[in-house]
Amino acid sequence: MNYSWDFRPVFAHFDMLALGLLNTVKIAAVSIVLGVLVGLVLAMMRLSVRRWLRWPAAVVIEFYRNTPPIVHFFWFFYAFPVLLSVSMSPYVAAVLALSTQSGAFYAEVFRGGIVSIERGQWEGARALGMTHAALMRRVIVPQAISRMVPPFIERSFELLKTTALASTLAYADLLYQAMMVNSQTFRPLEVYTTIAAMYLVLLVTASQLARIAERRLTAYQ
Amino acid sequence: MSQNPILEIKGLHKRFGDHHVLKGIDFSVEPGERVAIIGGSGSGKSTFLRCMNFMETLSEGEIWLDGQRIGQQVRGRMTYPEKQLCKVRERLGMVFQQFNLFPHMTVLQNVMEGLITVKGLSRQDARAIAVRELAKVGLGEKHDAWPGRLSGGQQQRVAIARALSMEPEVLLFDEPTSSLDPELVGEVLRVINQLAEEGRTMLLVTHELGFAYHFATRVIFLADGVFHEVGTPDEVLKNPQKPRTQEFLRRFGEFAF
Ligand SMILES: Nc1ncnc2c1ncn2[C@@H]1O[C@H](COP(=O)(O)OP(=O)(O)OP(=O)(O)O)[C@@H](O)[C@H]1O
Ligand SMILES: [Mg+2]
Repeated sequence: MNYSWDFRPVFAHFDMLALGLLNTVKIAAVSIVLGVLVGLVLAMMRLSVRRWLRWPAAVVIEFYRNTPPIVHFFWFFYAFPVLLSVSMSPYVAAVLALSTQSGAFYAEVFRGGIVSIERGQWEGARALGMTHAALMRRVIVPQAISRMVPPFIERSFELLKTTALASTLAYADLLYQAMMVNSQTFRPLEVYTTIAAMYLVLLVTASQLARIAERRLTAYQ
Repeated sequence: MSQNPILEIKGLHKRFGDHHVLKGIDFSVEPGERVAIIGGSGSGKSTFLRCMNFMETLSEGEIWLDGQRIGQQVRGRMTYPEKQLCKVRERLGMVFQQFNLFPHMTVLQNVMEGLITVKGLSRQDARAIAVRELAKVGLGEKHDAWPGRLSGGQQQRVAIARALSMEPEVLLFDEPTSSLDPELVGEVLRVINQLAEEGRTMLLVTHELGFAYHFATRVIFLADGVFHEVGTPDEVLKNPQKPRTQEFLRRFGEFAF
């Protein structure tokens, strides 16, 4: 093999890749925030004593766990607008897909954290005379959070990687920008190697930040 | 002079599905009484105690606290509003076999928690009470320790301080020494004895028959879902009248009074 590597054409378009990276980070951050909100609502429904709240949430969660992520992107981009007879930008469709997907998984992370707290903790708090709301806020949730952190972080990394699917909707994320640069430079090896490295740096950086957060949130253990 | 009972139980039944655990219990506790509840494993001792502060819902029956029936009639049905049950639990302190301290709070915070969250005291007031109660159980040095770092005996004493801080009218103990190493049992029993000397009203489920004998003003032998035999420690533990009680005490082996 005597391929001669040449990164110069790629670096000449580095501004495009940088923009892609920025868009990837942006869509991931927005989707994590919205996903947490979706997850909280679904988790509270799943934990409710009312069956008519529990099972719709269970259906939504099972739907997302058992369908390919790319289908959700296509559904929100091509199908959902038909339903509402509006047009949908790739960005909005991708955020909807990502935040509902991750919301369904976050819901299980949140619920799992809550139900993992031993019965004795609920009883200890209840026996003091705490209301349900107070014991959740003061006793259960603070302990559950530290147990939720590792799976939450894992799930967020999954989301960060799934953002690449937004490129299929022509959202200008890192992968999409790479395809653009490739079509101008005809240097797939250099282009895709470069963005793989960029994803790697992004995720490694994120995991360092996550480790710091994790240490803070699980301090008492 | 006969006092009004602080706690009165009428026709209490408890079922878990088809399992009929408590089959009609009538009982009342006067202020200052110390009641020890003994009985075989699975006989419903914990269930009985937990019905007192509604940690378990009653299947049937009434509980009266200081002359007031707990619960509210709504269209001919008894309901138990959360607010009212919280108030009841505040007035009936409970100490568990497994301590149930909050591991994410320090010892001092554990004792302050109910005072702040339930009683609505300021941090300073709560702290002052918590410091006092911890000193009383001999843990004045451990304010800033995490519960997980303490011995079982120390944890149980923190749990007792936590219950005491709420100034409950009645204390409920569910086998407070059963999960302790033998050498740590004494320190917890000493604290409970101290509470007896203060004249506190207490209900204690225990397997420590020797302790029950000295501690209690009344002993209950629970069997087959009813109070099979009730009397003074001498009556129930030394001269039991019913064969079932005699057999239980025999099988329980020797214990030193
Ligand atoms: N939440 C529950 N659901 C179903 N059955 C229960 C529940 N709690 C207790 N029981 C059953 O009720 C019976 C009485 O239990 P309880 O814990 O009151 O016994 P106990 O006298 O305290 O026994 P031990 O000495 O072992 O603590 C047991 O047969 C138990 O299996
Ligand atoms: Mg028990």
